[in-house]
Amino acid sequence: MRYVLFLYAAIAFVVLAAGSIILPDWAMFLFAMALAKGLVCLGIVAMMRGGVVSFGQGLYYCIGAYTATLAANMWGLSDIFLLTLLSSAVCLIVGVIFGPMLATYRGIFFAMLTLALSMVLYGTLSKMSVLGGSDGLNIAPPTFLGWAPEGRDLQTALYIYVVAIVVIAGTLMRIYFDSEQGLITLATRDNELRVEYLGASVRKVMAYNYIFAAVLGGLGGTIAVLALGHVDPEFAFWTTSGEFVFVAILAGYMSVPAVFVAAIILEVVRSFSNLYFPNTWQLSLGIFLLIVIVTLPNGLGSLLSRRKGGKT
Amino acid sequence: MDLFATIVVDGLIYAGWLFIVSVGLTLVFGVLNILNIAHGSLYAIGAYASASLVGAYFAAGGDAFPYGSYAALILAAVLVAVVLGPLLERGLLKYFYGRDEVLNVLVTYAVFLILEDVMKLIWGVNPYFVYEPYTLLGDVEIGPLFYVGYDFAVIAAAIIVGLAVWLTLNRTQIGKVVLAVIHDAEMSQTMGVNVQRIYLGAFTAGAFLAALGGALTAPMISVTPGLGANVIIVAFAVVIIGGLGSVPGAAIGALMVGISRAASVHLLPEAELFIVYFVMAIVLVFRPEGLFAKTKARKI
Repeated sequence: MRYVLFLYAAIAFVVLAAGSIILPDWAMFLFAMALAKGLVCLGIVAMMRGGVVSFGQGLYYCIGAYTATLAANMWGLSDIFLLTLLSSAVCLIVGVIFGPMLATYRGIFFAMLTLALSMVLYGTLSKMSVLGGSDGLNIAPPTFLGWAPEGRDLQTALYIYVVAIVVIAGTLMRIYFDSEQGLITLATRDNELRVEYLGASVRKVMAYNYIFAAVLGGLGGTIAVLALGHVDPEFAFWTTSGEFVFVAILAGYMSVPAVFVAAIILEVVRSFSNLYFPNTWQLSLGIFLLIVIVTLPNGLGSLLSRRKGGKT
Repeated sequence: MDLFATIVVDGLIYAGWLFIVSVGLTLVFGVLNILNIAHGSLYAIGAYASASLVGAYFAAGGDAFPYGSYAALILAAVLVAVVLGPLLERGLLKYFYGRDEVLNVLVTYAVFLILEDVMKLIWGVNPYFVYEPYTLLGDVEIGPLFYVGYDFAVIAAAIIVGLAVWLTLNRTQIGKVVLAVIHDAEMSQTMGVNVQRIYLGAFTAGAFLAALGGALTAPMISVTPGLGANVIIVAFAVVIIGGLGSVPGAAIGALMVGISRAASVHLLPEAELFIVYFVMAIVLVFRPEGLFAKTKARKI
């Protein structure tokens, strides 16, 4: 079974990477941002499989982005691989600190605590003038193992890079979802107490999910800041996290590719409503969200699995 | 000593305002089991409506009797509740009862997004000022400190609101019915309670309290877009600290948040923006479901 998965991953990579040839500049930027945010949302989906939703994933998105920016500005680090590695390591550490603590909370309390953490970061960053305060910081374009592309080349390289990360992370998460831990997560969603009585540690599983989500959030934040060239505390504001949850709900918890499809849909809907209804794009987004919740309560992923005969 | 007094008075003023906003949120959650992000929008709409109405009052010659502007404030909140409460509850939320809590948060988040733009369409993006009601009550002198009388009116309003909600819930027949619905909606239905009507009433009452919070705040600030986004998150923190659905909890939560924020403003200004969430996190570490949460039996 596993090599079928790798085959799918390879196909996904080729199809997405082909985008770098056919997509115009603006669309490539939009897709790169959507995929970067999709990584964060994949983390939320990992937690959603266990029945908890983080309303503060902007925390890791923001930590990742600031880590990369600070490393670039203070130490002159510009290699994208090193930056990615560094920010995901920082997010891993933060995740390991908070994960076990948050693993006992459920439902609205988990959502609010994660939200609180991200808002603490937002508040701190807004007040710290060393880190640019609420204006944030700029970051120079990245280099790729010594190669410093410009213009369209830079965009293409960044796009291919995010596609590669997305495919690798997506494949790894699929493997994790199908592993024993991943299946315990799904069982927890159905009935936590039963899982405990059967001898599995729900707390451990939840902590792991949280930590994976933290790393994914950091990856997404790093790529997003490199694509944008700028980071500000809004990365950790609750409305940013709300959008991630929106994508996760739109995608549902059953399918990994659906997360990225959903992220792209949101980004496209947002850009076009920004363009055509510049004063009412939030309104269009809200209506779109309501339509999704009413028509697809289990997300886009449920369409896929229904076609496969209900296999989840 | 002065510093201590300042912190306490500032904290009480802030707590009074917070309580009015939060008690509606906790009431709606208690009855409908929906954590309503759109509560922030109702707050902002209340502020806008009162700014418009008070403005209209003075434009229509209200200077002769300026105290009438307080009636205009409250009338604005009533209008917002009567129009938007039934519209949202009957038109949308009733289709989501019994669904997943977090999904319902998303539904109200969608409403929040929609209302943000609706507000901009109606009131534009320029700030509104209605300072008249704020200056009307004169100043209050406490030792060496001067306060605007209106601030104390807000505390009084919070106490009245708190007592009214508590007495209605615990000392009237309709309140007992509401408590029964909170306890078990299905069972109340079989006993002949019109649960739909209770839901509608509770949501409208919640909307009124949100709008009232906004209306009372309007004279103290400039009413601008994005007002609701900041309020709702702090109100969430308050009701989570107190325990969702608990009115005394909201009061304690508002006091804790109010005092600690005032303390932070005077002692550690850098922490002002996040002290609220810090307090909430501390409370949740020791009381995972908030201070006044009811214990629930777990179903196997």
